[in-house]
Amino acid sequence: MPSLKDLRNRIASVKATQKITKAMQMVAAAKLRRAQEAAEAARPYSERMGAVLANITQAVGGGGDAPALMTGTGKDDVHLLVVCTAERGLCGGFNSQIARFARDHIRRLLADGKQVKIICVGKKGFDILRRDYASMIIDRVDLREVKTLGFVNADAIARKVIHLFGEGSFDVCTLFYSQFKSVISQIPTAQQIIPAGVASAPAAAADGGNAVYEYEPEPGEILSDLIPRNISVQVFRALLENAAGEMGAKMSAMDNATRNAGDMINKLSITYNRQRQAQITKELIEIISGAEAL
Amino acid sequence: MAEAFQFELVSPERLLVSEQVESVVIPGAEGEMTVMAHHAPVMTTIKPGVVTVKTAAGKEERYVVFGGFADIVPAGCTLLAESAVAVGDIDRTDLARRIQEAREDAADAKDDEARSKAEQFLSQLTTLEGAILPA
Repeated sequence: MPSLKDLRNRIASVKATQKITKAMQMVAAAKLRRAQEAAEAARPYSERMGAVLANITQAVGGGGDAPALMTGTGKDDVHLLVVCTAERGLCGGFNSQIARFARDHIRRLLADGKQVKIICVGKKGFDILRRDYASMIIDRVDLREVKTLGFVNADAIARKVIHLFGEGSFDVCTLFYSQFKSVISQIPTAQQIIPAGVASAPAAAADGGNAVYEYEPEPGEILSDLIPRNISVQVFRALLENAAGEMGAKMSAMDNATRNAGDMINKLSITYNRQRQAQITKELIEIISGAEAL
Repeated sequence: MAEAFQFELVSPERLLVSEQVESVVIPGAEGEMTVMAHHAPVMTTIKPGVVTVKTAAGKEERYVVFGGFADIVPAGCTLLAESAVAVGDIDRTDLARRIQEAREDAADAKDDEARSKAEQFLSQLTTLEGAILPA
């Protein structure tokens, strides 16, 4: 049975913890708003990019001059996975969710006899994947120093990927990140970025994009400029979604922690009060029985 | 007064301009061009340079863009810039950094094609610097 003093100490320490989690929750809420705004501000660009890309793909018509980034190498042997996670923990199952998703994917690829290479963006994903697949991780990108996520960061990652592709070190590149649905739900998503999905092509027709365009310079040339840029944009979007998702997950995790701490304080206070009462009763009995003995 | 059309300047980070304008001067990869309402559909890449926007209200705004491309249709014009800032907000050190990077790129280029590309980019950047930083 802990003494009164022990209980008092424990209540104090749980209270301190509660204050910390509460503060973290509020910080996460503020950051979440900012991250959401950033994600929203970036949306017009990626939407336009998609439309333009669809349009131009149609113009080129998948002819011989389509760049390799779009058509792929024609093989499907070596897969590069870019796994984007958060830099910090304390955000519930956010990181492990992405890592688990990526791991399932890796397992499937390995079972099919493919070769897998991994680039980790974010420290947490690296820590988790290192346990099982250390030999496959070829690179990691550290964004811990980055205060506000800029396009430059995404561009650097995309450039790395494109460079590797140029060297012929992989055939298919898939991006893993967490899609931000709402504060309480983030969905791990895999998105193939090389070869670029041609799924966007029918969208152009619906868009009424059959106007006769003039291209300056040639469509093929624009396309070869556009595709790498599109990869950067996809990475950027993934990073932004991740940032928003991380903050959302952190907010709900810290909310839970605060509530748990509250419950714990209640329970401890009850025990503390009972024990104090018991001690008072005991002292009273001693006094009374002492008086009666006289 | 010329007819107005919708112009949008978008960078990956945000939407900079979305308004009715009279004319826009775009630094196209194959020469500057002025876009006005009912322009024939054109798609062009752009080089680093200054975009001059004349709004329907008669104001003139200038933005520095670093590469990207423009999508022009009769109803409007969308400029997707890799990075864009208003001329008034340009950061000299940032520009100097970009030039430095371009210089390194040119020095590191593996083959002739990459080198000529990098050098072209570098010369575009220095021209840009000369154009906007005399003040």
